[in-house]
Amino acid sequence: MTDATTLDVPEAPRKRSLTTVDSRTQKRNSAEKRFRAYGISAILIGIFFLVVLLGSILFNGVGAFQQTFINVPVYLDPAKLDKNGERNVEDIKKVSTFGYTPLIQNAVFDRVTELGIDTPLDSAKDMKALISASAAAQVRDVVIADPDLIGETVEFRILAASRVDGYLKDRVFREDLARDKNIDAVHLDLTDALREAGVITKTFNTDFIFGADASESRAEQAGLGVSMLGSFFMMLVVLILSLPIGVAASIYLEEFAPQNRFTDLIEVNISNLAAVPSIVFGILGLAVFIQFAHLPQSAPLVGGLVLTLMTLPTIIISTRASLKAVPPSIRDAALGVGASKMQSVFHHVLPLAMPGILTGTIIGLAQALGETAPLLLIGMVGYIATNYPDGLASGFLDPNSAMPAQIYEWAKRADPAYYERAWGGIIILLVFLLTMNIIAIILRRRFERRW
Amino acid sequence: MTEVKIAARGVQVYYGDTHAIKDVDVDIEDKTVTAFIGPSGCGKSTFLRCLNRMNDTIDVARVTGDIRIDGEDIYDKRVDPVQLRAKVGMVFQKPNPFPKSIYDNVAYGPKIHGMARNKGELDEIVERALRRGALWDEAKDRLNEPGTGLSGGQQQRLCIARAVATEPEVLLMDEPCSALDPIATAQVEELIDELRQDYSVVIVTHSMQQAARVSQKTAFFHLGNLVEYDETGKIFTNPEDSRTESYITGRIG
Repeated sequence: MTDATTLDVPEAPRKRSLTTVDSRTQKRNSAEKRFRAYGISAILIGIFFLVVLLGSILFNGVGAFQQTFINVPVYLDPAKLDKNGERNVEDIKKVSTFGYTPLIQNAVFDRVTELGIDTPLDSAKDMKALISASAAAQVRDVVIADPDLIGETVEFRILAASRVDGYLKDRVFREDLARDKNIDAVHLDLTDALREAGVITKTFNTDFIFGADASESRAEQAGLGVSMLGSFFMMLVVLILSLPIGVAASIYLEEFAPQNRFTDLIEVNISNLAAVPSIVFGILGLAVFIQFAHLPQSAPLVGGLVLTLMTLPTIIISTRASLKAVPPSIRDAALGVGASKMQSVFHHVLPLAMPGILTGTIIGLAQALGETAPLLLIGMVGYIATNYPDGLASGFLDPNSAMPAQIYEWAKRADPAYYERAWGGIIILLVFLLTMNIIAIILRRRFERRW
Repeated sequence: MTEVKIAARGVQVYYGDTHAIKDVDVDIEDKTVTAFIGPSGCGKSTFLRCLNRMNDTIDVARVTGDIRIDGEDIYDKRVDPVQLRAKVGMVFQKPNPFPKSIYDNVAYGPKIHGMARNKGELDEIVERALRRGALWDEAKDRLNEPGTGLSGGQQQRLCIARAVATEPEVLLMDEPCSALDPIATAQVEELIDELRQDYSVVIVTHSMQQAARVSQKTAFFHLGNLVEYDETGKIFTNPEDSRTESYITGRIG
């Protein structure tokens, strides 16, 4: 026993306290801390860019929702507008906008003299630079709609010229006047005076949202309304075609199709189609729908067909994913009580997959709504959407533009007034996309059921 | 000796290249509880799923041989598996009620088979099935609540009620108690014993005690073979095959 104590016992490994952290643990902990820091900084960078993006869109686009108008009483001179004095609409229509222009210029000039504004401009013709080129058409439309107004003095809210509008929105500066042939300092002085007198006002511009597009020289008149309708009809086509086709295809592939090389091939190709650049679908649409099937150019129907091709893979992939997510025990349960394959799918699997299918469809639609490239090739970009469709058929078949195509078109035009409108269009488009996404979330919440 | 309900002869099942069931012959009697026991992967569930052609839903599965219910070959080309499954109900390992109300869970089978002409008849069928499933007293006041809101044992009894609602002749149960606690298990076992009066019940189980408690006949499967099939008492006290004995005494499996 005493011998044992003299033996050289190897020192037992020292017990470590739980309160001290060893170097390995320390290393792991600091690695974790670093990783979290990376994650947080990545998110912060993302948020920063998002804020910059939204901020610049709002900053640049908000101007488009306001428009400058000149409020003047216009005397509708019967001697100029209806020479026969019969108030016959056909006669009145013979007077073109050139007949109206002097009336408006006189009205503005009279208002200027009436207010006693001191200006070197001494004739009605000099008012031209203040008034939009589309003002005459605006007045003429009112007169044609109600010929009895002729001979009376009617209060009008006519569009101001794009430069005047730009001056009020800080887009046109006095320093730049030397290079500007459309307006000069004298007119800007007059604008300031008229603005103080309350003749020139800046108000909310409903026409930008609901109005038609205008020619290149009349930025102040251009609106998104007609192309919004074009987008609407396109989305209708996309929804009506791609939802049933996509859902049917995915149900068949997921639930009924045998697993073999052929279905594998189809599966791979659907995934590949989802990654095909949209312009490829555009040229396919040009070749098949317009050149081969002779459908009308620039028509929302053709746009819708092309976008359907583009949306189908998205819908099929998301539908299949949500069908896959339904637990197989539900299928077994249905088959076990003697439901047929189809009954088990339609009574049990499909309702459970519904939230996913709807979300996928709406995301697909939102993608299609913002798609521009394929529309380029079927003639929806570059078409000046000035006329509202007269009905359902013409909505589908008459040439039209679409919201993103319209925005692209505006961004391309030379007048800086259009630059502001392009940003404004982006805001409207984003509002639509946001709405669709919110609808998707609401639908998902509502249909979601636990199992 | 009761009459034979299901007669299987030379049944082979292949999963792709795997030979899962090898030449099984078995006679399952009417109004009897038959237990299938055996180690995991021995093919007892696979064989069970042959009896109502649930294996049809698996692409790679192939069944050959002859299975007759009341003398009719269920793999005959003219047999519609949907009709077969109404006649041969099934309860699964994990309780799998539909995410619908308790009432709709039970009423679904009778509805799709057109068993009720009106709401009154359907109500009767649902009540009868829930009573058979020993769930009526607990569920009668909450028929419109979701079936998924019940406890595990109640869910499994709901599944049994759902299976008997279509008035099957055979009830297949694939480890019906493996996801349940002992109290719920006891309730389900009691229920199985009652169901024996009207149905031929086939139960797959991992628990030998359960097999001994609920069944009259027991089949022991091993590596895809039916090793032994006899009265339950005889299997557990005096098995003929050494493999059966090894399994029952805990040496294999």
